[in-house]
Amino acid sequence: MSFLDYAPAPESTAILNLKSDYGLFINGGFVDGHGTPFSTISPATEKTIATIASANDEDVDRAVAAARRAYDNTWSRMSGSDRGKYLFRIARLVQERARELAVAESLDNGKPIKESRDVDVPLVAAWFFYYAGWADKLDYAGAGASPTALGVAGQIIPWNFPLLMLAWKIAPALAAGNTVVLKPAETTPLTALLFAEILQQADLPAGVVNIVTGAGSTGAALVNHPGVNKIAFTGSTNVGRGIAKAIAGSDKRVTLELGGKAANIVFDDAPIDQAIEGIVNGIFFNQGHVCCAGSRLLVQENIHDEVVDRLKERLSTLRLGDPLDKNTDIGAVNSAAQLERIKTLSDIGENEGAERWSADCVIPSEGFWFPPTIFTNVSTSHRIARDEVFGPVLSVLTFRTPAEAIAKANNTPYGLSAGIWSDKGSRILAVADKLRAGVIWANTFNRFDPASPFGGYKESGYGREGGRHGLAAYLKPEGSARAVTASPAADATDSTITTSKEAAK
Amino acid sequence: MTDTHKAIAPRPTALELFDGPVTDANLRRYLEGIPGIDAVGLEQRAAGLGTRSIKTTSKKRALDTIIGLIDLTTLEGADTPGKVRSLVAKAVTPDASDPSTPRVAAVCVYGDMVPYAVEALGVHHAKGTDSGIQVAAVATAFPSGRASLAIKLSDTADAVDAGADEIDMVIDRGAFLSGRYGQVFDEIVAVKEACRRPDGSYAHLKVILETGELNTYDNIRRASWLAILAGGDFIKTSTGKVAPAATLPVTLLMLEVVRDWHRLTGEKIGVKPAGGIRTSKDAIKYLVTVAETVGEEWLQPHLFRFGASSLLNDVLLQRQKMTTGHYSGADYVTID
Repeated sequence: MSFLDYAPAPESTAILNLKSDYGLFINGGFVDGHGTPFSTISPATEKTIATIASANDEDVDRAVAAARRAYDNTWSRMSGSDRGKYLFRIARLVQERARELAVAESLDNGKPIKESRDVDVPLVAAWFFYYAGWADKLDYAGAGASPTALGVAGQIIPWNFPLLMLAWKIAPALAAGNTVVLKPAETTPLTALLFAEILQQADLPAGVVNIVTGAGSTGAALVNHPGVNKIAFTGSTNVGRGIAKAIAGSDKRVTLELGGKAANIVFDDAPIDQAIEGIVNGIFFNQGHVCCAGSRLLVQENIHDEVVDRLKERLSTLRLGDPLDKNTDIGAVNSAAQLERIKTLSDIGENEGAERWSADCVIPSEGFWFPPTIFTNVSTSHRIARDEVFGPVLSVLTFRTPAEAIAKANNTPYGLSAGIWSDKGSRILAVADKLRAGVIWANTFNRFDPASPFGGYKESGYGREGGRHGLAAYLKPEGSARAVTASPAADATDSTITTSKEAAK
Repeated sequence: MTDTHKAIAPRPTALELFDGPVTDANLRRYLEGIPGIDAVGLEQRAAGLGTRSIKTTSKKRALDTIIGLIDLTTLEGADTPGKVRSLVAKAVTPDASDPSTPRVAAVCVYGDMVPYAVEALGVHHAKGTDSGIQVAAVATAFPSGRASLAIKLSDTADAVDAGADEIDMVIDRGAFLSGRYGQVFDEIVAVKEACRRPDGSYAHLKVILETGELNTYDNIRRASWLAILAGGDFIKTSTGKVAPAATLPVTLLMLEVVRDWHRLTGEKIGVKPAGGIRTSKDAIKYLVTVAETVGEEWLQPHLFRFGASSLLNDVLLQRQKMTTGHYSGADYVTID
């Protein structure tokens, strides 16, 4: 037996206390939904975890009404320091129940427990702690003196970081004094529902946060609801485009965090071993289901072969399998549909002439899996170099000069993130200055902090989340003409003007 | 060294790499041309390797592997023949309550204690073979290395004459930090030559970099390459007399150099973290780092060692726990 055949070390699911059915979380309690319920499954085993209620238009209406009542009667009247107390309490409860949340996340999403345990859940707590501190300091958020909340925020989040995206959305909204109706992704509602239990534990006033589960139609009902003052969406560029269209002409504010096709640029003087780790972390973290994933590797031509060799060697040590095993590096792809998309785009890559290499992993017989894969001989016109795969698939391209690296990195409709690897500080700064991406990592990748704003250029969306900027997205200056309650007569072009300004950057 | 016709020479592959003599200038060019280390990234990777969860059968196997890789060490001014005999007895019979316990790889002592170690080992002494327990001696004015070359060489030759199978030398950190790479190189070459026995075989040479004094990862990486180019069989982190001694990031970095050297030349160099590794839990992190960086093949005594003293008893306690199902206590393992 090989030393490297580590004995199974699964995290126990005994810590979970799941119900077989979950309702909608409206006005502080779980209620039945009136849409057709659906099952949420574990993508690693395809076994059903629980039956989840689906919210129809009337349910969404009830949730928005509850949020409005809570806004008018409680939350908007509460002092910032009192709102902060609730957020601190939520943060501490997340820490107390960290293991349970991590296990639930890995079970429902398929991501390795080491990521949900060491990245997702600690960041969730960090986000609530960070914004809890802001709740009584809104005068300094950059939205003018005595800014006020927007009202009811409708928030729609993706399946790749279910609980973390929830935290990114809810924490700043509540700190700024808004109330929330949140729709988790259809395939990953579980941790949002556990989070609803945490809100009950924290004694958060009823209606301040409402969680409506369901598919696209639930999201559409929320986006189109006239009682919503702000839409915050994270997800695909296609859906984001639809949302922008749907709210055009209304006075709803919007922030969109959409897709990406990030360039990870490796210069020939890069710290090579750490660059390899960064490439791996950039694209194989969370099975590549990361909007800011470093999916385009731009490597200086003179070190291309060495980087690819080392990368293949490193990928051969990655462990694919049971997401709950503490030694798993690569978990399950989140859904059958996503797996299909990854397979389709990979096949297109091969047909277009790129060279495909996959790590030699044993693929479990059940569940949705895709081995870590790299494509070499990729040119900028190939679809795998342009389309967002959202899976563990890396395209390797080369460049000869910094100018070419910058040109190729920017040659994408997206602009969410980028990475630069070099030992030379001046080069890092010079290149970063010219990259059109919202986040640029130097000699690291996929690092997040609540104090740092995050968001994109071009088709990667607009608005910023995190930091002071993320707070400002839920505030308006005192005495702003915009009405708190939705009124069709309000300045209808405002949000679209913001849109075009951001997009022109 | 000036006289290249004598057998005194660096590793032949080094000469091929340099395509000529090893001078201060081309050493500098070579060592400073190797890609840099990003400290944050290195430490992050080491921390990641440290989260591997080694349980049940894997843990049992790991504990036995650790014992077989230990250089059981006593390096005190107060060392006596009696202390060394006691250490040797512990090396031969680590756990008297369980005869299936493996033996350690070597005992590591000061040069003047080598005869007592050899005598006490008796039939268990490896004597240059792969089976049995090796005797390792620290030499070259350990731990500071502040003595003339002549003293360092006779210190080495003395220990080899007395029957040491392995020599743990220290590099001249002063020379290294002031950029005299050639001097450090020549000293290693000369000490290696001093390891030669009358029959032409060599005692194994471990080169101690004293990473705590080199201070930066870039320095440690350069010193690792330098020691390998000059002919070291092993690169070793520390004397144990300077803090910090062995750390996981430093060991990871040295393993990466060894992996790259193997990629370049096919030669296999050993790595020995020493000092500060006291618990089974820590030692298992090192095993994982070795196996996932340079390969499982390195988990053998001729390619990897732990320089440690208190580690052994912690491993024995863990081993007893795995056998009996309950923890005993410090009085159920012997002190040496």
